[in-house]
Amino acid sequence: MVFLSYLINGISLGSVYAIIALGYTMVYGIAKMLNFAHGDVIMVGAYISFCVTQYLGMPAIVSIVAAMFVCTVLGMLIERMAYKPLREAPKLAVLITAIGVSYLLQNSAQLIWGSNPKSFNSLVNIGSIRLFDGALLISDEAIVTVLCCIIIMVALTLFTSRTKMGKAMRAVSEDKGAAQLMGVDVNFTISITFAIGSALAAIAGVLLCSSYPVLQPTTGSMPGIKAFTAAVFGGIGSIPGAMLGGILLGLIEIFGKAYISTELGDAIVFLILIIMLLVKPTGLLGKKVNEKV
Amino acid sequence: MKKMSKTFINNAITYALVIVAFIVMTILQNAGVLTRSMKGQLIPICVYIVMAVSLNLVVGISGELCLGHAGFMSVGAFTGVVAAACLAGGVPNPTLRLILAMIVGGLIAAVAGVIIGVPVLRLRGDYLAIVTLAFGEIIRNVINCLYVALDGSALRMSFNTPVVQEAARTAEGIPFQVLINGPQGATVATKLATFTMGFVLIIFSLIVVLNLINSRSGRAIMAIRDNRIAAESVGIGVTKYKMMAFVISAALAGMAGALYSLNYSTVTASKFKFDTSILVLVFVVLGGIGNIRGSIIAATLLTVLPELLRAFNDYRMLIYAIVLILVMLTTNNPRFKQLRESLAEKLRRGKGAGNESEGGV
Amino acid sequence: MSEQKTRMVPIPSQGIIPERDLNATPVLECRHLGIEFGGLKAVDDFNLTIGKTEIAGLIGPNGAGKTTIFNLLTKVYHPTSGTILFNGKETSGMNTVQVNRAGIARTFQNIRLFSTLSVEDNVKIGLHNSMKYSTVSGILRLPGYWKNEKRMHERALELLSIFDMQDLANHTAGSLPYGAQRRLEIVRALATGPKLLLLDEPAAGMNPSETAELMVNIRKIRDTFQIAVMLIEHDMKLVMGICEGIAVLNYGRLIAKGTPEEIQKNPVVVEAYLGKQKEADA
Repeated sequence: MVFLSYLINGISLGSVYAIIALGYTMVYGIAKMLNFAHGDVIMVGAYISFCVTQYLGMPAIVSIVAAMFVCTVLGMLIERMAYKPLREAPKLAVLITAIGVSYLLQNSAQLIWGSNPKSFNSLVNIGSIRLFDGALLISDEAIVTVLCCIIIMVALTLFTSRTKMGKAMRAVSEDKGAAQLMGVDVNFTISITFAIGSALAAIAGVLLCSSYPVLQPTTGSMPGIKAFTAAVFGGIGSIPGAMLGGILLGLIEIFGKAYISTELGDAIVFLILIIMLLVKPTGLLGKKVNEKV
Repeated sequence: MKKMSKTFINNAITYALVIVAFIVMTILQNAGVLTRSMKGQLIPICVYIVMAVSLNLVVGISGELCLGHAGFMSVGAFTGVVAAACLAGGVPNPTLRLILAMIVGGLIAAVAGVIIGVPVLRLRGDYLAIVTLAFGEIIRNVINCLYVALDGSALRMSFNTPVVQEAARTAEGIPFQVLINGPQGATVATKLATFTMGFVLIIFSLIVVLNLINSRSGRAIMAIRDNRIAAESVGIGVTKYKMMAFVISAALAGMAGALYSLNYSTVTASKFKFDTSILVLVFVVLGGIGNIRGSIIAATLLTVLPELLRAFNDYRMLIYAIVLILVMLTTNNPRFKQLRESLAEKLRRGKGAGNESEGGV
Repeated sequence: MSEQKTRMVPIPSQGIIPERDLNATPVLECRHLGIEFGGLKAVDDFNLTIGKTEIAGLIGPNGAGKTTIFNLLTKVYHPTSGTILFNGKETSGMNTVQVNRAGIARTFQNIRLFSTLSVEDNVKIGLHNSMKYSTVSGILRLPGYWKNEKRMHERALELLSIFDMQDLANHTAGSLPYGAQRRLEIVRALATGPKLLLLDEPAAGMNPSETAELMVNIRKIRDTFQIAVMLIEHDMKLVMGICEGIAVLNYGRLIAKGTPEEIQKNPVVVEAYLGKQKEADA
């Protein structure tokens, strides 16, 4: 029974990682950059949702929409202001800029909301499920998180394979120059990718803080790094890969902490990532380059 | 008379810069002009300079992105603390003890470099970067679970559970000293680090890195960076030389770590987070990738900058972030690049004309 | 240009080599060499023997598999069938680095210089395995460093002087004009002290006078170093002018071998190679 509850926790945490990793992987696929600021967009999303519910007293759903809206605009703004001018610049320059943006977001959040952790009230209140005479408790957050993750994954897969915009994204990730010659508006496509990634980050932020209710300016960094690891684990650039990687990572983390060592939980996650990359250098599903988005 | 080579002059300027800065700072310190916070910055600046120079060996010279450099620093920091404590009885001279502690820290960090390098250097590009990041986090995590104590003259180590014999041992009259106490970090009995030793370490790392670059092995390392396939085609073993750069860099970072930890009374593993690795990477990138002198200047300025911004207190990290972004945006702006190149061209022409007239006389 | 005619003689196993090389072990023997990429035979049943001091040509239409053969010889790819004998010894199990140390050096079709380093350093990197000193003596500047660096410097300038490039020694390799970059690649390959020099389109992008000079220099390199040269080239004037034996490749298969005269008259070659050009010209 304990095992089952760990399993559920793992899948739930993994689903959050998966949603963040989807954003990472899309941005990497299209802009070939490690967007270290992605984790901080999560934090901003969580703060917005927190403010809308706490200070304005709005219902949960409104706060989520508001968070998504703010993050989408923020994501596009960051791309336009900081990354677009560096599209031809060396990779390291882009990386450092992303880190600068990450610092900027963290420190702005600290100025606006203070560095003291805020306790985030869960936005999910549909009631937990008790199974086996109450021996197994499945929290409503876990259910909603997993459901969200599945819906997002299906929607994204349909979006990239069926819609014109999705196809444009795949074209741009494959070859920017060729896509441009075929009449794809590369700048707009990259903008939209950042927008989608950031909207997902907002959802992830709300879900993350609903399950782990401590909100502070650095809330996003560690999940950000782990989700990024998840994206690599699954094969960066691949949507199902990010999904699989995220869930596996969540499971490894929860089981590692539960059965091996609480303190070494993160070390175990990273160790398995390293072993994985050595066995399969492009990640679990990273082989098919065509699947890149 | 033989013309002095460009690299020789370049390196001479770098050494001169460091030596002059050291002399000036020492004079200012003795004259009592420096504020307390500035004095406190001297050793960290030395440490970060060595960190930046050593990371530049991997990022600039070997051309591999490493995001876990702080990991090697922490290995050196904690082994340095243990080594200094173990040597306290046998080596009374504090300077010698510091040197030995730094050497031990460097050696163990080099061992960590080998262990990490073997798997990591098989990967390429972003994947390599991610794995170094992962290793940095693993090292930090592991040190967080490490407990080391000096029990009489024996070293007691345990993992995940504190070493609990203190009361018993003290009762028996055997000196018992907890050196590393898990997440609470290491306790340093005597602060051995001095500014002079910081300076010596900078000079040492400069000698190692600059002489390496201008030697047979250094050329092999740069050849691999420029074109791996061509390097193999002229008989250069890629793994060996990548490894060499990685391990030397790790060793220097370890020495810097030992100096760093022996400058404080306590050191925790959280000091060597991912952020620290990034901080050092920022020094390297802003100073110019592959440019050793640039690393030194950037490390100094960017360590001092947050201090100078202390007046702005809450806003200083925000300003730091904005400066970082703006510098990246301007230095990579095509128009700025053009301007810089044309300026450099003018300068060169001016100099060339000067040389010619000198030749005429 | 003094044109010394070489008599090419058939050897028992396969192919022809220059008469003067008859008593020496052939520098290279390929036997039934082949490689497949996902079922596609890029090179199939390739047989060739090159004499110890021969200048051999490898020609064929684009995509015929010429560069693939160079990649097989230097172990960038590992053959899926057949054997390569270098100086009578099998090279299977060797990697690129070991093959170079054994004595095969090459240039690349798309130039691969160490472009941020100086011309002299490029050549010194070629000397990496012939003039050694330890990393420690490099860092500590021990006598071994000074002695060998001096030797390397002198040798590098000497090698550069083959192409009259010693004045460019301090320039950045990447900033050289195209022709000079190609020549530097040859010098770098020579610096490794090869027994067999593989040149992949050495005259590509050169003007006629540069090409003529290159022809003289390739012959000079062969004469001074007493090594074999194998070159891939589309410039027929160069190939016919300096090659003693020529192999023609089409669709990964050898369609003809012989002296320049024989190749020029060979109807199969004319059809596959020259005929195609006529079509293209029309």
